[in-house]
Amino acid sequence: MLDWSGDNSEQKSVVMIRDGLVAVVKRDCPTCVLVAPVLADLADRTDLVVLSQDDPDFPEGVDGVVDDTDLDFSWHHDLDTVPTVLRFEAGEETGRTVGWDREQWEAFTGVTELGTDLPPWRPGCGSLSVDPNLTDELAVRFGGSVLRSRRIELAALEDEIEALFERGWTDGLPVVPPTEARVLRMLEGTTRAPDEIVAVVPPDLVECTVEKVAVNAVMAGCRPEYLPVVLAAVEAACTDEFNMHGLLATTYFSGPLIVVNGPLARRLGMNSGGNALGQGNRANLTIGRALQLVIRNVGGGRPGGVDRATLGHPGKLSFCFAEDEEGSPWEALSVHRGLEPGVDAVTLFAGEGVRGIVDQLSREADSLARSMAACLRTTAHPKLVLGFDAVLVVSPEHARVFREAGWTRQRLIDELTALLTIDGQELVRGAGGIAEGLPDAFAAMTLPKFRAGGLLVVHAGGGAGLFSAIIGGWVSGQGGSEPVTKEIRP
Amino acid sequence: MSVVLDPTAEASPAERTLLGRPASIEGLTVGLLDISKPRGDVFLDQMEAHLRDRGATVERFAKPTFTKPAPADLRYEIAQRCHVVIEALAD
Repeated sequence: MLDWSGDNSEQKSVVMIRDGLVAVVKRDCPTCVLVAPVLADLADRTDLVVLSQDDPDFPEGVDGVVDDTDLDFSWHHDLDTVPTVLRFEAGEETGRTVGWDREQWEAFTGVTELGTDLPPWRPGCGSLSVDPNLTDELAVRFGGSVLRSRRIELAALEDEIEALFERGWTDGLPVVPPTEARVLRMLEGTTRAPDEIVAVVPPDLVECTVEKVAVNAVMAGCRPEYLPVVLAAVEAACTDEFNMHGLLATTYFSGPLIVVNGPLARRLGMNSGGNALGQGNRANLTIGRALQLVIRNVGGGRPGGVDRATLGHPGKLSFCFAEDEEGSPWEALSVHRGLEPGVDAVTLFAGEGVRGIVDQLSREADSLARSMAACLRTTAHPKLVLGFDAVLVVSPEHARVFREAGWTRQRLIDELTALLTIDGQELVRGAGGIAEGLPDAFAAMTLPKFRAGGLLVVHAGGGAGLFSAIIGGWVSGQGGSEPVTKEIRP
Repeated sequence: MSVVLDPTAEASPAERTLLGRPASIEGLTVGLLDISKPRGDVFLDQMEAHLRDRGATVERFAKPTFTKPAPADLRYEIAQRCHVVIEALAD
């Protein structure tokens, strides 16, 4: 028989087993209802004990039905079907039969003439312990938590959403409360251990675990399958080259822009098409937001604190999109930057807001490149060169012009570099009646607008519109930020 | 009550701490909130007299009903007008 102690505090089943038969059923299962008379019969003729998952008054006609509505027994014995009949010998399970099958039940119990008026066979139903709506809560209750984060109890009268605002954990928009069940579900999106250190996050230089990233990804609204992208973005942002600390602390506009490449972007349903840089796509919006929440909450980087931006830009809430690789005339950005084709990757760039390039008339690559160069020259300031990188987002209708001309991505970059090699006399202080500019010593030189590798070209956007976009950078190179491309690991 | 996981580096206390107590209430404005239970005003009248003797200015407030938390506007008004609030419950 069973001894039901009812103490759930232990991380093991509280049902103490003695030798014998155990049947687990639920009322909400037609097969269980069908075999209820058989169970009553068996309980009379053997030592069978019945556990009910949903109603301890079921099955009628069986005395002493054990209440398993907390699913303790069912969860700890990995039930996936009801009815299940198990046999225990010396406290160990020695066999089980699932569903209703008269021959099997008779062989299993050693009792003949069972349910002779019933059909010989009926499949069982799903055990409540594997109900998708309950599994996360059961894992929290019985699984022995692997999570290390401090638990914060919110008072009964506190609205959860308001409480998270008041604790300073949000970016100004509501966040999803990071309950243990949600964080466990999020962690299923990665094979990495919750306690693995992902990065040392500025500005407070805090070692950030996979778990802490998952907590913030929950808050940002991510689905578990986005987590590997967020982890890669956090890794990339926290490299010395990317210099997240400086990017955060600067008075300049910029924040981290994430460009995603590889087949994963399509599987996640990321937007690389119409409105790719805008609102409306959960993966785009929440992945970028999760990175910013990690910087804010784990790293301690907040506007008015270490973040000293004069104006900032709306993309500092989230700035993330996928490259349209299928429609692109060129190899993926990640491939251009040295990774193998088909490898999932993020490229981080210290980006300011988006500015448009309009050219609805150029049908020749040379003309269109000149338009783009003229607009790119204004990055930061038309008279400032070499200090700022830029991302050029080429839309499909503009890309078609380059495709038809046979221009590779490198050819476009080279042509733009040539067009943006500028006479120093135009750039020096006072030239054009503008005080801003380079020291007079540069007057006799010609200088490129962008340093080598400082112009990134990405293909994205909707099928209609002869518009491309520039995303200007922050201080480039070792004194500022280098773009960083990282493989996304599962 | 719900439980969430701390998303931060956990460098600051989980519980928000109370402000330090003033060394003296002389010259301060003390708010007394009547939760609107019967005869609570009798007790608070005595409190007010004692506080005035100690040099405090006293402001009286009352909740519309003891069955519900104080309305946000009332809490805001108390926070704006008082240096010190005595929070207590008796029955």
